[in-house]
Amino acid sequence: MASVRIPTLLRPSTEGAAVVESAGATIGEVLSGVAARYPGFAAVAFERDGSLKRYLAVFLGDQDVRHMRGLDTPVPADAEIIVLPAASGGAR
Amino acid sequence: MPLPVYEAIVEHARSAAPDEACGLIAAGPDGRATMAYCLANLDASPVTYTLDPAGHIKALHDAESRGWHLAAVFHSHPAGRAVPSATDIAKALEPDWLYVIVGLAKPDRPSVRGFRIAGGAVTEEPILVEAA
Repeated sequence: MASVRIPTLLRPSTEGAAVVESAGATIGEVLSGVAARYPGFAAVAFERDGSLKRYLAVFLGDQDVRHMRGLDTPVPADAEIIVLPAASGGAR
Repeated sequence: MPLPVYEAIVEHARSAAPDEACGLIAAGPDGRATMAYCLANLDASPVTYTLDPAGHIKALHDAESRGWHLAAVFHSHPAGRAVPSATDIAKALEPDWLYVIVGLAKPDRPSVRGFRIAGGAVTEEPILVEAA
């Protein structure tokens, strides 16, 4: 069972839960498990085509899964997955 | 904010100019700032910033290993005032964070201000710089 850390931004979709336990062999399966438990999570985490929202980064340990196999990245047992929102802005 | 943290973010802003600088600020359990993580701006732009996610996760793990948490994100306006732009407001995603802006309109007199930004509403939170 992996633990998924949910950023404050997305917690309204997980009924306030900051950490959600979810089973799955891949990042996609684990996050889909979160969405199955909290249906609102899918809308804020995934695009319609099933890809991750552009403003989110998902880490397995220190590794950004976009630089691994994306949603197909294998997840070890008891892994910690961290979802981070992009920090961006600027004067213009 | 302890003086060393203040000096670190101002120096990062000055060294990155004319591009925008960015980073994260950790705080201890009492909410006082403890460290500035000066990170890369992936945009390498004078008018926008995107925090390097790889630096973000390392800062998160480092802060938590010390019993801290990430409390603020900072960036600079190299030629402007230390107030949130429309872009800053639109892209402020984390309601828990303090958004710290370093204004370098007057490079020899930097302005550092902090804001809570949530749902498009902006509230300034005064930053008190404490001598080391």
